[in-house]
Amino acid sequence: MDQYILEMKNITKRFPGVVALDNVNFSIKKGEIHCLVGENGAGKSTLMKVLSGVYPHSQFDGCIFLDDKQVRFNSINDSEEAGIGIIYQELALVPDMMVYENIMLGHEKTRGIGIDIHEMIKITTSLLDMVRLSIKPTTKIKELGIGQQQLVEIAKALYRNARLLILDEPTAALNENDCQNLLDIIRNLKTKGVTCILISHKLKEVLEIADTITVLRDGKTICTLDRQKDNVNEQVLIKHMVGRSIDNIYPPKKSVPEKDVLFSVKDWDVFDPQKNRKILYNINLEIKKGEIVGMAGLIGSGRTELARSLFGNPDKYHISGELYFRGKPVHFNHPASAIKAGIAYASEDRKRMGLILIQSVKNNIVLANQKKVSNGLGVVIDEEEIIAADKYVESLSIKTPSIMQLVNYLSGGNQQKVAIAKWLFASPFLLILDEPTRGIDVGSKYEIYTIMNDLVSQGMSILMISSELPEIIGMSDRIYVISNGRLTGELYKNEATQEKIIELATLY
Amino acid sequence: MFLKDIGVIVKKNIRDYAMYIALAIIMIIFTILSNGKFISSRNIANLLNQTGYIAVLATGMTLVIVIRHIDLSVGFLSGFLGAVAAVLLTQANFPVWLAILAVLVLGAIAGILTGLPVAALGIPAFVSSLAGWLIYRGALMLITASTGTIIIPNETFNAIGTGYIPDLLSGIKLFPNIHKTTFLIGILTIIIMILSQISNRKRKQRYNFEVSPVSVFIVQMVLLSGIILYITWILSGYNGLSWTFVVMMIVVLIYDFISRKTVLGRHIFAVGGNPEAAELSGINVKKITLFVFASMGMLAGLSGILFTARLKSASPQAGTLFELDAIAACYIGGVSAAGGIGSITGSLIGALVYMSLMNGMNLLGTDISMQYVIRGLVLVGAVIFDVVSRKRK
Repeated sequence: MDQYILEMKNITKRFPGVVALDNVNFSIKKGEIHCLVGENGAGKSTLMKVLSGVYPHSQFDGCIFLDDKQVRFNSINDSEEAGIGIIYQELALVPDMMVYENIMLGHEKTRGIGIDIHEMIKITTSLLDMVRLSIKPTTKIKELGIGQQQLVEIAKALYRNARLLILDEPTAALNENDCQNLLDIIRNLKTKGVTCILISHKLKEVLEIADTITVLRDGKTICTLDRQKDNVNEQVLIKHMVGRSIDNIYPPKKSVPEKDVLFSVKDWDVFDPQKNRKILYNINLEIKKGEIVGMAGLIGSGRTELARSLFGNPDKYHISGELYFRGKPVHFNHPASAIKAGIAYASEDRKRMGLILIQSVKNNIVLANQKKVSNGLGVVIDEEEIIAADKYVESLSIKTPSIMQLVNYLSGGNQQKVAIAKWLFASPFLLILDEPTRGIDVGSKYEIYTIMNDLVSQGMSILMISSELPEIIGMSDRIYVISNGRLTGELYKNEATQEKIIELATLY
Repeated sequence: MFLKDIGVIVKKNIRDYAMYIALAIIMIIFTILSNGKFISSRNIANLLNQTGYIAVLATGMTLVIVIRHIDLSVGFLSGFLGAVAAVLLTQANFPVWLAILAVLVLGAIAGILTGLPVAALGIPAFVSSLAGWLIYRGALMLITASTGTIIIPNETFNAIGTGYIPDLLSGIKLFPNIHKTTFLIGILTIIIMILSQISNRKRKQRYNFEVSPVSVFIVQMVLLSGIILYITWILSGYNGLSWTFVVMMIVVLIYDFISRKTVLGRHIFAVGGNPEAAELSGINVKKITLFVFASMGMLAGLSGILFTARLKSASPQAGTLFELDAIAACYIGGVSAAGGIGSITGSLIGALVYMSLMNGMNLLGTDISMQYVIRGLVLVGAVIFDVVSRKRK
């Protein structure tokens, strides 16, 4: 007889106007790895917030049992004390503090009236060992890669005696290597008796690691599957998640690239004065009209830096090299001049760098081309703004109650569509998409891929940066691989495989 | 049904209406406590003149706070520039228009100097403008050192702070004791307001945006018209509209228009909402920052002119703590300390609330120490209300 460490029974959580969770039942066996999947807005995060006490017990209906005892949490502190550790997608570490200080934060070891640094470092060392992180406890967080930071978060949760670890999309921002490493560590923790709930959009890794999988859709539990007994595969999961089957994850492309080169980069060397080192070496690449070019590489390989150095160089890198755009040499000294020439860059971090969350869908859509909806004197013409916003809300099927809705309240997939709409409104010839589907559910992904195909069939070119290799291979006509600031290969669609890309991406 | 509609509307827009309600409550309380003296024509005219120089500063400060900065230098800057105006008029014999122009230009330059380290090097505006605070304080002392307080004998200049618009219609025999031009302006304002509100409403309906029910709309219009009419009546019973009030309203209207209806305004609020996203959307954050500080400096110059003309002199203490009054007016008026949110009209109401408190308490003879305590409580209360009502949404 399996013993449950956690049972959530008949959980219902209402927000004004919506039922986010509708009678959800969710049970976790002791020592298992339980994956929670579902589209954006299905209620996964809400369920975890109910569990961790972000929503106090008075604000939802239903009961939570931990080790068969009913619990009522009023705050995160309560759930932490009960042994629940939650690690969010957006990490909660202090960048300027050291690893051990972060792990101990709020629970420092003391001796007399002072803190006991030696004891804290000793404990940290053993915790880091558990998550197989070979760094000094005195390293500053900001010097760590995102994958390492994630492990520090896990160590932090373990220090707080977490018996039930919740990871909210831990691998969304990680590259393949770090992903595998993290999954190994989760398996390892399982052998030490830690139970794990893993929320993920990456179905491959779900199928790789899960003992049990629960699918949520529209705030309801659709099913709970035993991975081995129920013979689960990706198709089955997608069907449960979206309520219909998507036969092809990547929509077929209707057009082929033209012969004309739209954009070329020659001998592009980039030096970052803040890090005081060279970050890109002699990059040469070209993009044809109507082409989707994939840019693959590990995180930190210089993909994003390359895109930003091409897009008006907002980081003030020192650059040498030449750019040719639509047959002419060009030079951009600000994103504004790149946009004016016809280049758009949708950032990887849409919340921090792409959108103005406290403003409306309408204002965000027209943001990069405000002049287009104003008269010669710089006065905004309301009608034209509304028409423009309506047009993109309809053509990209952005789900929002009104174009006046604040972007903050939209789901991740719809936010991403607003970010893309903003750039389409600037009518670019070249659209650079940096991680266009990060943290987005299967259904929205498909829609964004369809939009990309439509755009190139209208003659636009796309440079897509992505950590997800299947996406790169599935969508691109041609793929460049970057490794530690150097282009290490160029692959055509028919010759690209995940193995080849990984090999090239780890060359330096 | 009708009452329910009003209830829903008020609840939905509680933040927008709260300031107006607070202003009304404060005015009613002071009117009762002062046996009607507060609402007398003379005192209201006085209150509006007192509000003038703070409201002008608060207008500029609103944009500064919206782009996530602060400008502490503007109090002494306005004092200093007021003294510069006095010197230009009394010693350099500048004509009035040239002295005003010079002061506005100097103000804009001073604003750019404060903004430059902020925009170009990322130095916190608090530090950069604190340096300005010290520098302009010193400059003000320096410029008035030899003469002490500079008396300005120029009637035209002083009229900006103390004079009233002439009554062009005084020839008409009807209502002998009424300032008829002021009354006419009030009536025109009401008509323009109603017409623009109606056209605005029609436009919203055309795009299927939510509009308030007709009954509520009518009540809103009647209320607003009534308030404007009443103020007009009070003012025209005394000397009519003051030049300070006219200048203040022109500044507020222009800045309100810029901030809501122009590309520049959208860009300013975009920078405030998310500077990184704004930069990547092709908005030159540096230029916007410099512009906002330059406009702040220019308005500090204008505020200095209003204050100096009001006192008919420039003193070594002029401008002390104006910056904090202006900042308080902004926060009371609903400008978010986190940036990106705020409105010019809100800050104007904030300035009125703040100055009504001062004026009313002075009228009642409240002890100055108590006045500071009460002003502090109102400020913190307003900001707490703002934050809480925002969260509930």
